[in-house]
Amino acid sequence: MSMFDGFKFRSVSSSIHQMDPRAKFVYVCVLFSVTVMFNNLIPLLILFLIQVPLVLMAKVQKEWVRSMKGSAMFAVIIFAMNLLSLYFYSGYETFGSVLERSLAMTLRFIVLIQTFSIFFLTTSPDMLGLALEQSRIPYELCFAFTTAVRFVPVLAEEAQTIMDAQKARGLELEGGNFLKRIRNYIPILIPLIVNAIRRSLELAETMESRAWGANKNRTNLYVLKMERKDVLLILISLLILAVSIYVSMYVQIPSIIQILTS
Amino acid sequence: MIVMEDVYFSYPSGVEALREVNLKIEDGEFVAIMGQNGAGKTTLVKHINGLLKPTKGRVLIDGVETTKVSVAKLARKVGLVFQNPDHQLFSETVEEEISFALKNFGYDEKTIRERVDWALNLLDLKEYRKVSPFMLSGGERKRVALASVLAWNPKIVILDEPTIGQDHRQKERLRQFILQLNRQGKTVIIVTHDVEFVAECDPKIMLMRQGRIIAIGGAKEILTNENLVNQASVALPEIAKIFKGLEDFGFPRNVIDVYEAADVLYERLGG
Repeated sequence: MSMFDGFKFRSVSSSIHQMDPRAKFVYVCVLFSVTVMFNNLIPLLILFLIQVPLVLMAKVQKEWVRSMKGSAMFAVIIFAMNLLSLYFYSGYETFGSVLERSLAMTLRFIVLIQTFSIFFLTTSPDMLGLALEQSRIPYELCFAFTTAVRFVPVLAEEAQTIMDAQKARGLELEGGNFLKRIRNYIPILIPLIVNAIRRSLELAETMESRAWGANKNRTNLYVLKMERKDVLLILISLLILAVSIYVSMYVQIPSIIQILTS
Repeated sequence: MIVMEDVYFSYPSGVEALREVNLKIEDGEFVAIMGQNGAGKTTLVKHINGLLKPTKGRVLIDGVETTKVSVAKLARKVGLVFQNPDHQLFSETVEEEISFALKNFGYDEKTIRERVDWALNLLDLKEYRKVSPFMLSGGERKRVALASVLAWNPKIVILDEPTIGQDHRQKERLRQFILQLNRQGKTVIIVTHDVEFVAECDPKIMLMRQGRIIAIGGAKEILTNENLVNQASVALPEIAKIFKGLEDFGFPRNVIDVYEAADVLYERLGG
């Protein structure tokens, strides 16, 4: 489950960490929409590459590499599914274009993981909650959101324990064909989900017994303020969005195969 | 036989959980691993079935190094019951839950049926055969988890915190049950904080502190050594506390068991 390592907040001091979460949120939203907008290899490759310097600036390359490695298995599954379905059910002419499209879909998944991983690695759940609150979102919703985020590492750890417990009962996660591999995860997912539901019910009860929501007017110790670099990030994000919309509407994106063969 | 030679273990986060662990547990021994929270007890037992591999040193089970075989292979010999049953229960019925491991190990239908019946009987779960494990109480779920491991009859049985959440009667049954397993020649290892439970079972004790084993010895010897148990943040058993207070009156100090205490007192008062 090392994929989740890429979503755990790392308390490092870097310029990315110090940025306003709202600015980073705009960036993530833009990157998300842009990533979904394209299904060609070249723009996705560009999106992947422009984010690498951000990872380095945030000094989280180790965690990022780990999350990339962790998501490798899912990436392979996505690649295989796309390859098979496109090969048999679509009108693409050459195997080369099918291959390129499958690679693009896999890269899309990787870019999404990368984007969210940068955001969550550099933004503490507390800051996130604060940002939501200051955006006038009702406190109940903010709280639900930050709690969900905060419990990701707890769930990751629990998933590891559950995996250990099932391995101790002879479950082999590796090996076997594709279907068997998916079936292997049932004994891990069911306890994980059941425990998560149980925990959420318990949490609700313990919070209500501590008078949660008794006071309507909450105040905060810290107040977020946008600085120049935050505004800059938002502007760059919007620029990326504008360019992407323009490109997707008016530019014929060449495929790598075309470039190579012409 | 379980042998650990100079075992060190660090988690990927950098936490050093085991340092310089050397131990030998013979077949048929009954061992309790005790120590403060975070002393490395669970980490230690996870090395026995190969879930964790040492960063330095060697762990040998019957002469085979754990790094050379898969967990599934070691699990046939080493049954590890986790602390929280909710980390493993997933089937629709108790019966299926117990047969899970047996299927993994590739037993045939007939054997599976026999072993499931045997385990259900053993842990008094027959009436829950067709019940969903999620409908059971905490104590019952714990017994299902135990049954699901004992079903394949491993020769080494490790129980992580078996007494947590058990009422007095269940605890006593568990104690009888553990002693019975041990009498049948199984190696039994329990990880626990429950000093009274250990005092009544009288196993060999391994005391841990900050990833190291600081003492190995008989229950009587270790659990009456106040200095030693304090270091591992374990309390003296109640009986040991009483006899410590009575030391000045010429009572022996190495009494930890209720029945023995009663005998000693009776002899004194009667004689």
